[in-house]
Amino acid sequence: MTLPVDMSTTLGNAWFPAPLFTASGCASSGKELAQFFPLNQIGAVVTKSVMSKPRHGRPTPRMAETPSGMLNSIGLQGPGIDSFLANDVPWLLEQKARVIVSIAGETVEEYSTLARKLRSVSGISAVEVNISCPNVENRGLVFACDPDASRRVIDGVRKTIGGDLPIIAKLSPDVTDLPSIARGVVDAGADGLALINTVLGMVINIDSMRPHLGGKTGGLSGPAIKPVAVRAIYQVHAALPKVPILGMGGVASGRDALELILAGASGVSIGTASFGNPSAIIEIQNELRDLLAARGFATMQQAIGYAHREEA
Amino acid sequence: MATINKNAIQQVVTLVSNKRIGAYHQILLNVGDVVKSCRPGNFVAIRVGGDSSKMILRRAFAISRVADNSQYGGTMELIVAPHGSGSKWLCSQQEGAEIDIIAPLGTAFGIPTEPINALLIGGGYGSAPLFGLADVLKNRGCKVDMLLGASVGSKIYAPMEGKRSVNSLKIYTEDGSMGETGRVTENLLDIVRDRNVDVIYSCGPMAMLSAITALVAETEVIHQCAVEESMACGVGICMTCVLPVQNEDGTTLMLRSCIDGPVMDGSNVRWDLVGKVPEALA
Ligand SMILES: Cc1cc2nc3c(=O)[nH]c(=O)nc-3n(C[C@H](O)[C@H](O)[C@H](O)COP(=O)(O)OP(=O)(O)OC[C@H]3O[C@@H](n4cnc5c(N)ncnc54)[C@H](O)[C@@H]3O)c2cc1C
Ligand SMILES: Cc1cc2nc3c(=O)[nH]c(=O)nc-3n(C[C@H](O)[C@H](O)[C@H](O)COP(=O)(O)O)c2cc1C
Ligand code: FES
Repeated sequence: MTLPVDMSTTLGNAWFPAPLFTASGCASSGKELAQFFPLNQIGAVVTKSVMSKPRHGRPTPRMAETPSGMLNSIGLQGPGIDSFLANDVPWLLEQKARVIVSIAGETVEEYSTLARKLRSVSGISAVEVNISCPNVENRGLVFACDPDASRRVIDGVRKTIGGDLPIIAKLSPDVTDLPSIARGVVDAGADGLALINTVLGMVINIDSMRPHLGGKTGGLSGPAIKPVAVRAIYQVHAALPKVPILGMGGVASGRDALELILAGASGVSIGTASFGNPSAIIEIQNELRDLLAARGFATMQQAIGYAHREEA
Repeated sequence: MATINKNAIQQVVTLVSNKRIGAYHQILLNVGDVVKSCRPGNFVAIRVGGDSSKMILRRAFAISRVADNSQYGGTMELIVAPHGSGSKWLCSQQEGAEIDIIAPLGTAFGIPTEPINALLIGGGYGSAPLFGLADVLKNRGCKVDMLLGASVGSKIYAPMEGKRSVNSLKIYTEDGSMGETGRVTENLLDIVRDRNVDVIYSCGPMAMLSAITALVAETEVIHQCAVEESMACGVGICMTCVLPVQNEDGTTLMLRSCIDGPVMDGSNVRWDLVGKVPEALA
C-alpha cells in the first residue's frame, strides 16, 4: 500500500490541484479534447497562443513527422483576442477548467495590447507569454533569442496587466545562454518560466528537392527534444531555484514527466503526445502519481528539482 | 461536455482479416458497438508501428464499410494502400493483431431525405467509403451511379458485393489496363446531364476533387467531396490539416479538414489557394 500523493502545485500565486497541463497550440482552445477526458481533471488548459487580430497562419504543408518527433509550421493561426475572449474562455470556465491564456505578438506594443484586454477578464489563472515569435520591428528576429527584446515584452505586459495575474514567460531553447535570458525576463516581472518551446528545424523533400514545409523551417517537438528540455530546465533551475518552471518538451509518459520535475519543473505541459493519444495527459498524470508514490514522495512538490540535491 | 467528435472513442481492437486486393489491403477490424455511430465519410485514426516505434503520429484512413456481423459483432473495413512506413506497418499486421484506433472522426456525407439521382466518383482507394455510402443511398431510394478511376487497374477497388448497391459502374484507367482509357472527369458533364444528377459524392486525390468542382461550377449540381490533407492529430488540436474554405460572407477561412471535414462542399473550397495563404483577414 502506498499513500496518496498530494499532486497540487503552484505557479506564482496560482494554485492548481494537479501538475499536468496542456501545451499551448496542442490543445486548441480545449473543446476538442473534452470528448476524451474532463478538462477540469488536469492542472489547467493552456490555450493556443492568441494574437490581437485573426490570422490565417502559414501555408500547408504545415507538418512533417520526423524520427520520434515532428516539425510544425502553423504560423499562429487563430481567431484573434476578441473572439477568443468572447467564445473560448467562457466555455472553458463553464467546464470548471482552469485556464492559462497564451498570448503572442509581432511587436512589444502588441503584447501590451493583449495584456490590457486580459486585465479585465475574471477567472483565468495565469498568462503565458509566448515570445518565440518574430519581432517585425527587428528584421524578424525572434524575441526569445534577443535578451533585450525579451525583457521589453515582459516589462510591457507586467506594467499593463498590473499586480495579481501570474506571468509565465515561455522561452526558446535556441539560444546560447538560456539562464541569462531567463534572469532578464524574471527581472522584468515574470513570475514563472515555461521551458521549452520547439527547436528550430527543417525537412527537405527529396522528390521536390525543396524544403517540405510551406513555411520552410518548422518547430521540432516530441520525444526527440526531451533531453534538450531536461537540460534547459536543469540549467535554469540551477540558476534561479526560486522561480517556478512549467516544463515541457517531448513528455510522453509518467517517467518523462518525473524527469522534468526532478530537473526543476513545478508543472509539466503535454503537447505532441496528445496528437498520438488524446487522453495522454490523464494517463501521464496517473503514471506520475504512481511513480512518485513508489519513490516515497508524499507530495509532488517535494520532487521538484530533486536531481539538484547535494551528494550524500 | 464535448461538442466535437461526440461519438469518437479510443480503443484497442482486434484485426479479423487482412487480404490483398490488387494494390491494396482490405483490413477488417472487430470494433464492437462503435459501428453504430460510424457514417459514410467518417474516418479512423490508427496508431502505427507498435509501442517502441519512432512514428509518433496516427494515420488517417477512411472507414470503407461497417457491419453488425453475427459472428464478430461490429466490424469495420478499411482499404489501405501501402505507401510509407506507417501504412506498410498496418498492411503487414496479421489476424489477431491488436490495433489502437480512434473512431468515428470527422464529418460524414450528407444523406438526402428525398430519393435523388446520385453520382459517386472515386479515385484510387478513394472508392473505399463510396460503397458504404451507396448502400445507404440505395436504401433511401436514390439512383446511384458510380465512376471509378485510377492510374492502373490494380488501383481500382470495386468489390463484387459492392456493385450490387449501384445502378451502374464505369471504370477508367489512365493506362487502359481496366475499363476505358482516361480519367473520371472525361465525360462528366454529359453524364451529369444525361442522368439528371442532383448530387455528386466524391473521394480521391485533391486534383480530382478540384477538377470535378470546376466542371460542375456552372451547374446546379451539389458536390460533396471527402478531402485528404496531411494530419498530425486527426481530432482538431494541432491546426496542421487546414484548407482554405469560403464563408457565406465571402471571406476565406483556414478550416481544419479533420473536424470541419473530411466531407466538405466542393464549391466552398478555394482550390486555387490550397498550399497558399488567403488574403489577409480584416
Ligand atoms: C481523411 C483521410 C482519409 C484517408 N483514407 C485513406 C484510405 O482509405 N486508404 C489509404 O490507403 N490511405 C488513406 N489516407 C491516406 C493515409 O493517411 C496516408 O497514406 C498515410 O497517412 C501515409 O502514412 P505512411 O506512414 O504510410 O507514409 P509517410 O509518407 O511515411 O507518412 C509520413 C507522414 O505524412 C502523413 N501523410 C503522408 N501521406 C499522406 C496522405 N496522403 N494523406 C494524409 N497524410 C499523409 C502521414 O500521416 C504521416 O504523418 C487518408 C488520409 C486522410 C487524411
Ligand atoms: C502543432 C504545434 C503548435 C504549437 N503552437 C504553439 C503556440 O501557439 N504557442 C506556444 O507557445 N507554443 C506552441 N507550440 C509549442 C508547444 O507548446 C511545446 O512547447 C512544444 O511542442 C514542446 O512540447 P511537446 O514536445 O510536448 O510538444 C506548438 C507545438 C506544436 C507541435
Ligand atoms: S489534424 Fe490536427 S487539427 Fe486537424
